[in-house]
Amino acid sequence: MFESLTYKLQETFKRLRGKGKLTEKDVDEALREVRLALLEADVNFKVVKSFITSVKDKAIGQEVLSSLTPGQLVIKIVHNELINLMGGSQAKVNFAPHPPTVIMLVGLQGSGKTTTASKLANYLKGQGRKPLLVAADTQRPAAVKQLQVLGEGVGVPVFAMGERESPVKIARAAVSGASSRGCDVVIIDTAGRLHIDEELMAELADIKAAVNPHEILLVVDAMTGQDAVNVASSFNERLGLDGIILTKLDGDARGGAALSVKAVTGKPIKFVGVGEKASALEPFHPDRMASRILGMGDILSLIEKAEAAMDVREAKKLQERLGASDFNFEDFIVQLRQVRKMGPLDELISMIPGLGSSKALKGLKVDEKEFSRIEAIINSMTPAERRNPSIIDGSRRRRIAKGSGTKIQDVNALLKQFEQVRKLMKQAGAIERGARRGGLSLPFFR
Amino acid sequence: MKGLNLNLFSRLKQGLAKTRDGLVGRIQIIVRGKDKVDDALISEIEEVLIEADVGVKTTERILERLRENAREMRIVSPDALIELLKSELAAELGQEEPGGLTLAPGTTTVIMVVGVNGTGKTTTAGKLAYKLRQEGKRVILGAADTFRAAAIEQLEIWGNRAGAEVIRHQEGSDPAAVAYDAIQAAKSRGADVLIIDTAGRLHTKSNLMEELKKVRRVINREIPGAPHEVLLTLDATAGQNAIAQARIFTDAVGVTGIALTKLDGTAKGGVIISIRDELGVPVKLIGIGEGLDDLRDFAPREFVEALFAGMGEG
Repeated sequence: MFESLTYKLQETFKRLRGKGKLTEKDVDEALREVRLALLEADVNFKVVKSFITSVKDKAIGQEVLSSLTPGQLVIKIVHNELINLMGGSQAKVNFAPHPPTVIMLVGLQGSGKTTTASKLANYLKGQGRKPLLVAADTQRPAAVKQLQVLGEGVGVPVFAMGERESPVKIARAAVSGASSRGCDVVIIDTAGRLHIDEELMAELADIKAAVNPHEILLVVDAMTGQDAVNVASSFNERLGLDGIILTKLDGDARGGAALSVKAVTGKPIKFVGVGEKASALEPFHPDRMASRILGMGDILSLIEKAEAAMDVREAKKLQERLGASDFNFEDFIVQLRQVRKMGPLDELISMIPGLGSSKALKGLKVDEKEFSRIEAIINSMTPAERRNPSIIDGSRRRRIAKGSGTKIQDVNALLKQFEQVRKLMKQAGAIERGARRGGLSLPFFR
Repeated sequence: MKGLNLNLFSRLKQGLAKTRDGLVGRIQIIVRGKDKVDDALISEIEEVLIEADVGVKTTERILERLRENAREMRIVSPDALIELLKSELAAELGQEEPGGLTLAPGTTTVIMVVGVNGTGKTTTAGKLAYKLRQEGKRVILGAADTFRAAAIEQLEIWGNRAGAEVIRHQEGSDPAAVAYDAIQAAKSRGADVLIIDTAGRLHTKSNLMEELKKVRRVINREIPGAPHEVLLTLDATAGQNAIAQARIFTDAVGVTGIALTKLDGTAKGGVIISIRDELGVPVKLIGIGEGLDDLRDFAPREFVEALFAGMGEG
């Protein structure tokens, strides 16, 4: 998408350039493409409109008209403007000067409040806090049980009073008892509700009045469309939000809702949910979100993922080995495992700029099983064979194939690929860069 | 049926009246202020459609056709133009087709409920069980969402409400095994319908999509021709990503219809027009609340009528 947007813009300007001089009208034409891109990313119609107006002013001021690469300049301006709009840098949780800090999660049904509550508890626990989860969703069947199970999973106590008590009473009791339980943060999970449901919105206001939360966070599904503005502004008007948590960002939604909710509430996006695991809650990065909305991919998250998955000492050892001429299967399997630790391959690919939505990759299937097969083959080698693959002759190949439950052709293919990788490693220059990013290269991706 | 439609009609109208900002009200305001069809009117309709999540491309296509037809039919009044738009949209959404679910005669009809996280699969499965029970069917629910904490308990509560037995395993067990047992139970009890609730999964997670394919394969192996319906639950608040969801779930497990949920909010679910256009997948059911009977057959004409219902009444 980003590539196609850049391309389209460049084409537009190229065509216009033939006329000799660019005019304001020409810039308008280019911005039409930007508008389409934003609308396809689900940014709200009105938000797009005002955004385009503000970009246009900036674009004209910045001499796009006389630039040699007006297409790229427009992209840069749009990108920067998106970052500005979503709040320059990441925001933090407001902690109360006198504990407990009370955090209340609100939102529509199915936006991910309960899951997010446990992730947030896990995150705060990791920062040395002592959170208490509160099951105040008495509406959805088994929501209390769900929070209890999730709380147990992350080792955080859950305060529950069943499904018959009023949420206001539950919240009040939880907050007043938090300190005596040794908890300094109280996270209240509330029932999902429609922003136009008067009765239930009044209930939230009652909870707020009863426990005075320090943070009221709206949980928003990243896949939300145009309606995000209605939802966010209703919740904000009624409760006075302190921030937003964007969930399900591990999908392929472009997430224009992020821009919409920020624009209508003015409240920062504090966290994003990026997976099913308890640890899959991250601080929000406006620059990455801007790239994503424009379809630029998310190379920063990819690098961060690589860093998180890599054992530093192991990576350093591997670096040294990568340059060595006797790079062998033992090094290789370390590398392979590190790549796998980063997550499902197609998830990684979707973060690489240009690859995520490229047509060429549409038919391509990343076979996770292929990894297991390669690992099985290497595991079926003797230590001597791993260290010195050149001794692997015909009968050893047959044995390895048998041992790993693969065909001899698979073993042959692996050996051949390995040899190619080794040659590549040896090449000077490649070593320098390869060593730095050693764990990142994906030699067996095809 | 007529009573139901009327009921639906008024429910939807109620929902829309609450919003004030709804498609109906908006177009009404637009039309009121105009006495002729011009570019300004068209661009205001464009805004309404895009804000209903119809999507830019589909909106452009709709408007182009509307303009053409308006010219051909020499439509000059805004009211007539809206009327034309309504009937075109209804036709596009399958007005002439029989709505609702296809039940297999003489065997257990198997319905799989699939979708991304938080779209309302379990709730839809529960409400669907109740709906079919009301029609006198013997219904069994299969709790194949073994992943989400307490999803099984949630379905059991719905099973109790609906009067349908729930076949379950432990949390974390193989969903295909649950499906298998549910089928055996359905067969031996002579159930008319088996509804299998599956775990929510993002369409981008290929390993989870493989798991879903396996569930489907098991169902198909045990009852040839099954699953007879694969319902994709789609959140009405979803934007353009819903198209990708529909496409990938259809490729993986052959979606036969959409259950459009949470239509009682202010979201319009306009993306279903693009899905219908691109993939040919029809909407079969709509969810309009959390009550037992808040699941209805999708009726395109009533749906579109309800959207535009406020127009004549002010």
